[in-house]
Amino acid sequence: MAERAAETIRPRRGGVFEYAPAPESRSIVDIKSSYGLFIAGEFVESIDGRPFKTISPATEEVLAEVTEAGPQDVDRAISSARAAYTAYWAPMRPADRSKYLFRIARIIQERSRELAVLESLDNGKPIRESRDVDIPLVAAHFFYYAGWADKLPYAGFGPNPRPLGVAGQVIPWNFPLLMLAWKIAPALACGNTVVLKPAETTPLTALTFAEICQQADLPPGVVNIVTGAGDTGRALVEHQDVDKVAFTGSTEVGRLIARSVAGSGKKVTLELGGKAANIIFDDAAIDQAVEGVVNGIFFNQGHVCCAGSRLLVQESVYDEVLTSLKRRLATLRVGDPLDKNTDIGAINSAEQLDRIRKLSEIGEEEGAERWSPPCELPDRGFWFAPTIFTGVSQAHRIAREEIFGPVLSVLSFRTPDEAVEKANNTPYGLSAGVWTEKGSRILSIAQRLRAGVVWANTFNKFDPSSPFGGYKESGYGREGGRHGLEAYLDV
Amino acid sequence: MSEPKTRRRTLPAGSSRASAQETTSHGSSDHSAGRVAVRKTYKLFVGGKFPRSESGRSYVVTNSKGGFLANAALASRKDARDAVLAARKAVPGWSGATAYNRGQVLYRIAEMLEGRRDQFVAEVAAGEGLSAARAGVSVDAAIDRWVWYAGWSDKIAQVHGSSNPVAGPFFNFSVPEPTGVVAVIAPQRSSLLGLVSVVAPAVVTGNAAVILASEQRPLPAITLAEVLATSDLPGGVINLLTGRAAEVAPWLASHMDVNAIDLTGVPADLAAELERQAAENLKRVVRPTTAEPSWTDEPGLDRMLDLLETKTVWHPVGV
Repeated sequence: MAERAAETIRPRRGGVFEYAPAPESRSIVDIKSSYGLFIAGEFVESIDGRPFKTISPATEEVLAEVTEAGPQDVDRAISSARAAYTAYWAPMRPADRSKYLFRIARIIQERSRELAVLESLDNGKPIRESRDVDIPLVAAHFFYYAGWADKLPYAGFGPNPRPLGVAGQVIPWNFPLLMLAWKIAPALACGNTVVLKPAETTPLTALTFAEICQQADLPPGVVNIVTGAGDTGRALVEHQDVDKVAFTGSTEVGRLIARSVAGSGKKVTLELGGKAANIIFDDAAIDQAVEGVVNGIFFNQGHVCCAGSRLLVQESVYDEVLTSLKRRLATLRVGDPLDKNTDIGAINSAEQLDRIRKLSEIGEEEGAERWSPPCELPDRGFWFAPTIFTGVSQAHRIAREEIFGPVLSVLSFRTPDEAVEKANNTPYGLSAGVWTEKGSRILSIAQRLRAGVVWANTFNKFDPSSPFGGYKESGYGREGGRHGLEAYLDV
Repeated sequence: MSEPKTRRRTLPAGSSRASAQETTSHGSSDHSAGRVAVRKTYKLFVGGKFPRSESGRSYVVTNSKGGFLANAALASRKDARDAVLAARKAVPGWSGATAYNRGQVLYRIAEMLEGRRDQFVAEVAAGEGLSAARAGVSVDAAIDRWVWYAGWSDKIAQVHGSSNPVAGPFFNFSVPEPTGVVAVIAPQRSSLLGLVSVVAPAVVTGNAAVILASEQRPLPAITLAEVLATSDLPGGVINLLTGRAAEVAPWLASHMDVNAIDLTGVPADLAAELERQAAENLKRVVRPTTAEPSWTDEPGLDRMLDLLETKTVWHPVGV
């Protein structure tokens, strides 16, 4: 049945819906040939680091040379953050801290197109996403937490909530500037200073954010940016003078961090992997559900920790959903991230592409059926066609492990109980989706899903006022909203 | 080590311990009333039942002066795993009960405890070396603590939950939910008040708990189990083990079906290793403080919040 459905789908790309290329101009960005580290308000040369290159995953062209910070660099950044904490930031009137954050939010809005293009260049995500989702949320996040800075006694954490001190923050490559905002905005609002390490493949928007801090006249040392890879991150989170560790990334690394800080007394929040179930009941609005499923797994090339990577479809609508889903997939445009019509951009790195390919091959080997729409991929760069696996069992690795790519595993169920059991049958617990027109069912399923975020009749929605974070091995602590303040206060 | 110690102890003049009762938990009536008292066998409390340790082992519990009080069950790895199993089984029913119902059960515990106040005063006095008056203050505070937490059951979600004004046509709300199975290494010094102060906040919100009682002072915990067993508390919601922290705690910290661990009663040297083991499945960890907290202070929300998750639900708003 699925086979025949696939054959009736005509490729749209190059077919009736031919779109002319509509690339966003990259002339708006001014990438320097090399970047130092941002410490104590200045870009400085590394002491014991070494240079490495950041490339565009869509073309493999070298964008800039950046610095892999060494232990002494990290130490220097932390000293700078400590000095700024003691001298400026903690003693500052909260209303003034607030105004600095509002300034930053405004400058992000002013430079939003530049930041969007830069993000798409360095990360490979479609400009439509960086322009319409990432960067607006970055500005919104700073606006939201700016307002908290002088209202903390009303946040429910006691009459005089205190900052923790210096925060060491390590962020991933999937939403580079947005994850920076999730980390830096609440930390600063609560009176902490930060040393942040962006991911090694996506350092450029963080370095531009450093310029924004300069433009905002943020006191030197309040924000420090050290670029680098795993070793730099380890030096940062294990440093003795760090009071708070915040990490977003894989569960594997999260575990290492939880182990390494054991006994140190450092406060830790971890936002880790996921394997979210997206559940479609037979009374769902199928067209909307299919749109939601596509958004759930193909948004940002599936490089989303809360991606709806397991589709659970009630058996009675299974064929209908699959047919509709495949038809929709055939219309997705994969290609130039800077093209305004692009739906799916480049995979972020060769390493990640390799992982997606391997797990997909394992999916086939374990007996699941693989399907992708006809889809031309560019010759250079890192690309992976949107992919669906059917006939997936719960024991398959593609149903258990986070693939972090545009790969959807489809399973079926008969009863609501079975749906909940399958959805919860994972060590992860970050997010989940439920599609049904029955209100009482939404509430009951949402209640029984062991996940930190449940999207009902929608998916992959984010907002600075909405707490985000996982159950179980998806980590602990919340980011966003009033709840997100707790991570940066001594409570 | 197991024979009763009769060695005389010199106490500093004026020390409050000088007035400590010389009684064992079985009361001074052991001989004096001309009748041989019927002693209690102290066992574990798992899944609502009172099993002995599967290992068949026990250890000697003494009073503050070293006198024999009782043999307590020496829990093993298997006992710890059985207790986790019992707790896991209890999670759906207890977390699915209404907050009103959980509050009433906790209040019922306070009622039962009040009724057996004298027994607890004697046990706490013997185990902690307190005067009857000071033990009474401690037991009263323990009873009141159950009442305090009972009232939180249907309020914590209002204090800690929210509806969130997202910038779009969505209704968005956040609610606290229990994290699941919580392992607790109870305080070592305060054998009843300290115990209640870590158990009540864990279970009032819907978690099920596996508790390792104070190693040297485990008897009030087992007597508390008798209270729990008669308080409408579903079996398995609170499981009490007695034994060695160094032996049992690592099995709880590394257990893959335990969601959180409270290390309050763990000595500092053991705490770091347990925290490392807890990282294996990213347990939520409540770290010990350098000195045992003052249990008479009002607790605040931390102990409840540390063992809660926040779930956020989105739904579109439209026609």
